[in-house]
Amino acid sequence: MLNENQKLNPRLLEKDVEQAPIRFGYGEGLLKAGEENEKVVALCADLTDSTKTSTFSNKFPERFVQVGIGEQSMASVASGMAAMGKVPFIASYAMFSPGRNWEQIRTTICYNNSNVKIAGAHAGVSVGPDGGTHQAIEDIAIMRVIPRMTVVVPCDSVEAKKATYAAATTKGPFYLRFAREATPIVTTEESPFEVGKANLLRNPENPQVAIIACGSLVYNAIMAAEELAKEGIECSVLNNHTVKPMDKNSVVSVSKEAGAVVTVEEHQVMGGMGSAVAEILAKEVPTPMEFVGVQDLFGQSGEPNELVEEYGMGVKKIIEAVKRVLKRN
Amino acid sequence: MAHLHDETVQFLETKANDVRKSIINMLVEAKSGHSAGPLGMADIFTLFYFHILKHDPKNPEWEGRDRVILSNGHICPLLYAVMAHSGYFPVEELNTLRKFGSRLQGHPHREWLPGIETSSGPLGSGLSQAVGMAIADRMDKGRTSDKFFYCFLGDGELDCGQVWEAAMLGGKEKLHNLIGIIDRNNIQIDGFTEDIMPLESLVGKFESFGWHVIEADGHGFEAMDNAVSEAKAVFEKPTMIIARTIPGKGVDYMERKFEWHGKPPTVEEGKEALHQLRTLGGKIKGEHE
Repeated sequence: MLNENQKLNPRLLEKDVEQAPIRFGYGEGLLKAGEENEKVVALCADLTDSTKTSTFSNKFPERFVQVGIGEQSMASVASGMAAMGKVPFIASYAMFSPGRNWEQIRTTICYNNSNVKIAGAHAGVSVGPDGGTHQAIEDIAIMRVIPRMTVVVPCDSVEAKKATYAAATTKGPFYLRFAREATPIVTTEESPFEVGKANLLRNPENPQVAIIACGSLVYNAIMAAEELAKEGIECSVLNNHTVKPMDKNSVVSVSKEAGAVVTVEEHQVMGGMGSAVAEILAKEVPTPMEFVGVQDLFGQSGEPNELVEEYGMGVKKIIEAVKRVLKRN
Repeated sequence: MAHLHDETVQFLETKANDVRKSIINMLVEAKSGHSAGPLGMADIFTLFYFHILKHDPKNPEWEGRDRVILSNGHICPLLYAVMAHSGYFPVEELNTLRKFGSRLQGHPHREWLPGIETSSGPLGSGLSQAVGMAIADRMDKGRTSDKFFYCFLGDGELDCGQVWEAAMLGGKEKLHNLIGIIDRNNIQIDGFTEDIMPLESLVGKFESFGWHVIEADGHGFEAMDNAVSEAKAVFEKPTMIIARTIPGKGVDYMERKFEWHGKPPTVEEGKEALHQLRTLGGKIKGEHE
């Protein structure tokens, strides 16, 4: 019951669906934006290849600034470049930017209303073997709380390319969040994408639960919904890629229609996308909710899939959450 | 060495004195804010806004202007005072400092007051922004651009690691168009800088980061003017001017006292300060007392 209007990957439900790291889309989107606008510049803190900033810097070395391992300075350097009319993109692992440079982002970027784009790569526990130190699972919370910040969490590399391009062509501070691992390709070049407009990927008649997901777990949300459909439980699935400003109308409408909600994100359940959904629903249409995400814990080393399961974000856990919330409705 | 005309020096002295009087009036009226730093840097800012800077107070957005990046935002009473006295906005508006709705926020806000290049307050971030601006200008205009980026820093904020991240990048990029000015007044909130966290040798530190370093008397108009001229002529490096200043300069009971870093004078203390400034510390007879 995938929404045809979304023009999703036709092979989405097949076992060997194509996969690509979401961050690859960052490099492609940045390159495209850079080719169209010479004011687009990139900065990186010694992670040029793994953040895929290299896709841009190889083509435009004169528009790239290597700042070394100095994320705090990088945020403010970018602010200075934006003050001179540039459109700077800064990239590192999410743990370090925005993890380490929050105040510089708040003051020199957002308080200044500076046109800087922040790319946080390697977010979530799916970073894997590097372990808990490198798994940013608090970044959505600390970015969405800052006034003026737009927060986008793309579900695959195709969407990441569109989100990066949108950031380059929309004035104001942006936070773009990417996962490290190869992630199934959910969308296509033809799929609609607009910042601030959630996409209804699955739209069965009379859904009993709305699954609202973002990032790499959108795929798991769809897989859970497919499994549940076999058991006669129909779920809508909303790709809520823009955590801020959130698409209130879509969130309210899918929640009203289903009467129960499960949010799914690779992030702490406190302060993340699910919390933002709850803030809307508590006011507009109080709805029973379950939150799939990390439950106030740190990550650890392991294989990405192992960790997603361990921290309660696998397909089975989403199915369980759907069944739990149904009992409460 | 360039020589400043005597009339120019006299003009700057008079202006600096007016600026100091405005600072006292603003702080008394605001009942909060920082005293020592603004008074200590008054001569330098007067020199910049009335002699060195390429700027147009009636057209603060003029693209060709030099950029002033105030990293230690807490000395903004001084920035506001020189801006008002040089024509950015009416001097009367200085009395609104720190009040509700005022464009003169407790720490400067870029969006509220035209002529402020960046919002600042949290220490240690200004040099990075100045580095970013200088890099961006060089990307556009190459190495022959005659626009300069002046970053003012306090010495206390050199405790912040971010300053040294920026210093490394400025040195690496050989930003000839970047000139830093450190207010070397030796005090910070908790005491003397060398007790809190020793900074010396500052010359050695910045030189080893790839900067040209000049030490100058921060109260000597000619010395500072010469330092800036020298800095502008250095083509392969950014320059850091370490300006030796006396915190609270011009008001004897504030001079050199770290206790005056972050508090304003009371009404009575303000009267005494204004008296000292009117009489130039007793050197001339007070008028209209």
